[in-house]
Amino acid sequence: MREEIIVRVGAKILTPFIIMFALYVHFHGDYSPGGGFQAGVILTAAFALLALVYGLAAVQRVLPPWFTRLCAALGVVIYGGVGVVTMLLGHNYLGYDALAQDPKYGQHYGILLVELGVLVTVFGVMASVFYLFAGRGRSES
Amino acid sequence: MSIVVDIVLLTLLAVAGIALLRIRNLFAVVMLAGIYSLLSAGLFTVMDAVDVAFTEAAVGAGISTVLFLGALALAGHHENRPGHTPLLPLIVVSVTGLALVYGTIDMPGFGGADNPVHHHVADHYLEESPNEIDIPNVVTAVLASYRGYDTWGEVTVVFAAAVGVMLLLMGGRRSRAAAGDHGQAGADGQADGAGHR
Repeated sequence: MREEIIVRVGAKILTPFIIMFALYVHFHGDYSPGGGFQAGVILTAAFALLALVYGLAAVQRVLPPWFTRLCAALGVVIYGGVGVVTMLLGHNYLGYDALAQDPKYGQHYGILLVELGVLVTVFGVMASVFYLFAGRGRSES
Repeated sequence: MSIVVDIVLLTLLAVAGIALLRIRNLFAVVMLAGIYSLLSAGLFTVMDAVDVAFTEAAVGAGISTVLFLGALALAGHHENRPGHTPLLPLIVVSVTGLALVYGTIDMPGFGGADNPVHHHVADHYLEESPNEIDIPNVVTAVLASYRGYDTWGEVTVVFAAAVGVMLLLMGGRRSRAAAGDHGQAGADGQADGAGHR
């Protein structure tokens, strides 16, 4: 597929829009369907598309495997961290009311942060697993 | 109108399912599985479960198709005929299916407004989430706030699953890099992976 000019240009044009859409799905999750999980999967799809067209090595220069593995763990830390912060502020674990003066704003911040954790973990996990499968296939064929 | 869409989607689902069973070329099977997921996503949309439809389209039709293609690059494109007759699996599947259908007889009518599932905590979520959480998408409010612990569990499960996959698949890569030679390293990697397990 690497010689097909239409596929190459098409993938290059689509990628920023896919990444933008992933961010939209995450940040607009309070108002429309979607959230961190779907956003993480869509973000992975953007890089998977690039990897299918331009090859794994080119994508891993932009998004190295150590970074995706770091993301997988970082998201869990973000999610759990929100819970620990609310506990330190004197509320229950993941009691978002603690995060702002007005409980409603606290809920907004809490949900956005927690969904960010989901996004980062899902993106890291999906991309890492994709790298493992794709990398194994290439080096043994 | 929606009943026509339902019938069309379910018919196509059945066609895709039967084709999935009969085709031996695994490339076609992977593509059909993607189409199957997309049809299911359409069905969820008709049932107004847009969040679920979204996830099904992104995960089922998107990422898992790519992962299956990656697996095909390792395993080859043709499925061998099974060595046994399909009689026993057919009986098991039929009995299980009939038991499940029998089980649904006791269930309340599909989509009924006064089903217990719609009145346990759902009333509170629908009526109070504008005051307590104040975001329009109740699904997000339930997932991230009311059921925040559940979602926390899901995130850790996803992470744990990824760690498992990495432990299984990454053993070979490290020893390959160390050995440098491809054929030799592949065998070493397998042995290494077995040792870790």
